[in-house]
Amino acid sequence: MLGKLDWSAIPFDQPIPLGSALIVFLAAVAVLIWVTVKGYWPYLWHEWITSVDHKRIGVMYIVLAALMLFRGFVDAVMMRTQQVLAIHGPGYLPPEHYDQVFSAHGTIMIFFAAMPFVIGLMNFVMPLQLGIRDVAFPTLNSVSFWLTATGALLVNISLVVGEFARTGWLPYAPLSETTYSPGVGVDYYLWSIQISGVGTLLTGVNLATTILKMRAPGMGYLHMPMFCWTSLASNLLIVAAFPILTATLAMLTLDRYLGFHFFTNEAGGNQMMFMNLIWAWGHPEVYILVLPAFGIYSEIFSTFSSKPLFGYRSMVAATLFICIVSFMVWLHHFFTMGAGADVNAAFGIATSVIAVGTGVKIYNWLFTMYGGRVRFDTPMLWALAFVTTFIIGGMTGVLLAVPPADFMLHNSLFLVAHFHNVIISGVLFAAFAGFTYWFPKAFGFRLHEGWGKAAFWFTLAGYVLVFVPLYIVGLLGMTRRLQHIDMDLWTPWLIVAAIGIAVMIVGAACQVAQLIVSIRHRDELRDETGDPWDGRTLEWSTSSPPPFFNYARLPYVENEEPYWTVKQRALDGQAPAKDESYEPVEMPRNSPTGFVAAFFATLIGFALIWHIWWLAIVGFLGAYATFVVFAWREHGDYEIPADEVERIDRDGRAAQLAWMRKRERVA
Amino acid sequence: MSDINSRTDEELDRRDTAPGEESITEHEPAGGLSGYLLGFGLAILLTIASFLAAQTNLIYQPAVISALVVLAIAQMGVHLVFFLHLTTGPDNTNNVLALAFGVLIVALVVIGSVWIMAHLNLNMAPMSAHQAEMMP
Amino acid sequence: MSDITAGSAIHEPYRPGQSSAHGHGLFPATGHGKGGPASKFVTAAYGFWIFLLSDIIMFSAFFASFAVLSRATAGGPTGKELFELTRIAAQTGLLLTSSFTGGLATLATHRRSIAATQFWLLVTGLLGAAFLFLEVQEFAAMANEQAGPSRSAFLSAFFALVGCHGTHVGLGLLWLGTMMAQLWVKGFRPDLLRRLHCFGLFWHTLDIIWIAIFTLVYLLGASP
Repeated sequence: MLGKLDWSAIPFDQPIPLGSALIVFLAAVAVLIWVTVKGYWPYLWHEWITSVDHKRIGVMYIVLAALMLFRGFVDAVMMRTQQVLAIHGPGYLPPEHYDQVFSAHGTIMIFFAAMPFVIGLMNFVMPLQLGIRDVAFPTLNSVSFWLTATGALLVNISLVVGEFARTGWLPYAPLSETTYSPGVGVDYYLWSIQISGVGTLLTGVNLATTILKMRAPGMGYLHMPMFCWTSLASNLLIVAAFPILTATLAMLTLDRYLGFHFFTNEAGGNQMMFMNLIWAWGHPEVYILVLPAFGIYSEIFSTFSSKPLFGYRSMVAATLFICIVSFMVWLHHFFTMGAGADVNAAFGIATSVIAVGTGVKIYNWLFTMYGGRVRFDTPMLWALAFVTTFIIGGMTGVLLAVPPADFMLHNSLFLVAHFHNVIISGVLFAAFAGFTYWFPKAFGFRLHEGWGKAAFWFTLAGYVLVFVPLYIVGLLGMTRRLQHIDMDLWTPWLIVAAIGIAVMIVGAACQVAQLIVSIRHRDELRDETGDPWDGRTLEWSTSSPPPFFNYARLPYVENEEPYWTVKQRALDGQAPAKDESYEPVEMPRNSPTGFVAAFFATLIGFALIWHIWWLAIVGFLGAYATFVVFAWREHGDYEIPADEVERIDRDGRAAQLAWMRKRERVA
Repeated sequence: MSDINSRTDEELDRRDTAPGEESITEHEPAGGLSGYLLGFGLAILLTIASFLAAQTNLIYQPAVISALVVLAIAQMGVHLVFFLHLTTGPDNTNNVLALAFGVLIVALVVIGSVWIMAHLNLNMAPMSAHQAEMMP
Repeated sequence: MSDITAGSAIHEPYRPGQSSAHGHGLFPATGHGKGGPASKFVTAAYGFWIFLLSDIIMFSAFFASFAVLSRATAGGPTGKELFELTRIAAQTGLLLTSSFTGGLATLATHRRSIAATQFWLLVTGLLGAAFLFLEVQEFAAMANEQAGPSRSAFLSAFFALVGCHGTHVGLGLLWLGTMMAQLWVKGFRPDLLRRLHCFGLFWHTLDIIWIAIFTLVYLLGASP
């Protein structure tokens, strides 16, 4: 009846996972009780859970990402402390638990922290920048989000029910085959990544279509803000790369569930094919994450230098160059697997060449700042820290791209330090920068600068303190994923890294404090203009937070900095022509489809992990019924009458104009 | 312009064609019923040619592989033109570009994988008779 | 805004665009130029087109595995011993004809003829079901001859690749049946027209993938 599931699945004998799971569970129950007592369910259901508004979905993505970022960070703290406590000793994490911790850390950070953060920012910002009212397929957007949340939920269920994979963040075969991993850990990995992967693929389709087909009137391709360009490249990469992940994991699933022999040791299976296919996805994935981050930095450098982005066209070219070449370098993840010198050389050269595209971007950002009036607000601080530290990470990457050097450094902590160096400064700093930059647009008030700067400096210091020692122990020969350490040579560096993670904890605490303080002082931090940073792109032209239809009238765009142009014209005394007619606006209707589909996806995933076949069938039937109900509905859209649009628009603009008058009087 | 969208924005959409939609010029050979019939006929011919090439000695044996690949690509082209109404017109640029991107990725993944894996096999140390016996 | 514009020195910057040169905010939609958002029909079809490309890329991963593993028969049967080309020829004919009748259904939707559309959709679905029946029969026969997917890596790759295509055909049939029911109940609604068009794209694409399968898997596998 319940497949492989019984009471032995709950780890009663392991205090650490059980205790942490209990805390998480109690916290979740407490939140649910609080929501029920306060009577927030109708609000949550109508305004958030069933919402198909791209802004709401973007915010929910970022909330999910922040929670998972915290979970992954806890794993990181556990790993760093274990390596310090396990010098000539057992430490506090037994090997099978330590293996789950590093596997969960990688999986959660990439799939459920970095991806949702980046997708959330794209979701929120990109339609605003394009000057449109929603994405191409709003309900699909909601489905994507809830499927991603399903994947995250399944990973976290593995904390209490059963176990997580011990195979690393990519389940290399044949270790992940049933022969060597008979438990449910790898199954948890497979189904949670498959389900969230479908969500990501649909997002890619959705956002790529949005950018290619739904821009404001007048916005040709070369008038799109840089963030939209990098989002386009990133979403095209999602569309092209995630199917490969789906196929590869499906093959591993067939091996594990139906006795196929794709990657097994027996019957002609080929393990090396797994590395080949998984990295054919894995390398583009790196750029899926980092390209939108480059877009965020481009927006920030330009805004806070009060200058247009230097070399817009070269930036576009570099983005598309990276987009294509990222599909030609995947072998550098397995130089040591045994391909011949010519194959290794070809991929090594391609890897070095892709750095050229990034180099172009670095110079463009430097020249954007050159001669500009640079303001050092928190987003700009993150961006500056990115440029300085990312160059080091990029250069160690080019070093690793040389096959003979890679033979020495492969799977050492030097490699670990390299990819953390690029991904933390490249993606995480961008996420924080973008979060601070667009927070006022989402909620109508700015984040507290003092706490933001404190968070920045502690995070930066901690990050340097953690990863510079890891570079050094890597060069001293320390391999990755060591559960205990017997080399005295490495001890001092590991202690420094542990101190570094303590500093990062302070940084994380400052982030939380920043959020709490800002919410408490939201009236002083209120952004009444909709344009708190003196922005240049369209999203700053609407009020903060924007009305649910974003723009009462679709703006007409003449260049790549439409809002800056309008503000300059206003300063020059040319009032833009007034067009006082309002037209009715058609908006997509809310739909519980995404939430219900994700509910059934959770059932399917859980049932397949534990071999509860009847429940899986129920889940599939439910999912099919959900889509039939969706397809059958009479009206997908509803119309907001023109006078309603006018009223909302005037309310928003009255506040802006009152603020402007006040400022004018002060001046 | 096909009559498929009878909505008001039909007029406004004149300069863009959805993938698979027949374009403005109905009198093209690839349009309408005659287009489908022509495509169907060509596809049947190419299929028969493929089966003949593989099963008979009509073609010089070592060239069979190339012949089959060429015939398959030709038939895919027939499907794209006559069934999916892909044209080189400006209204189809976006559709063709997306297709080209997909084809590039497909080529990279398939050719790259085959190249890499062939190299790995080539570099594999030969198995001794003893090892071969120990194989499961 | 009369209360503010009248005699006010404030030039209000909160209205980007409404350029007098162009007069109005909404331009003809073309999607790929400067004309503003494309129509729902174009957007939906384009989104589905991109989804299909991703599907083709997924198949390319299965093709790559098949290409790499096709010689790994582990002492088991080879394609030459297993494949019956008459069955494959029949399958090819069925799927090609269903692609053609799918096109006829598209033409019938252009004429807004519900009866003709339903008829051609039904023919398309029956041909697809016949294709699927032959494939299932083939799989069952192979499994009976001890040539199931767990026999060798070659057979694993074969079953996964061809089975993936078969699954697509099966899901397509489910989709087709649902749409026929909806067409029967609701008639030609705009959203159904969009979905019928997307189904056409899907069905033709499955046939394109089948061309690659019958050439690379069956004909090359069975050739001397």
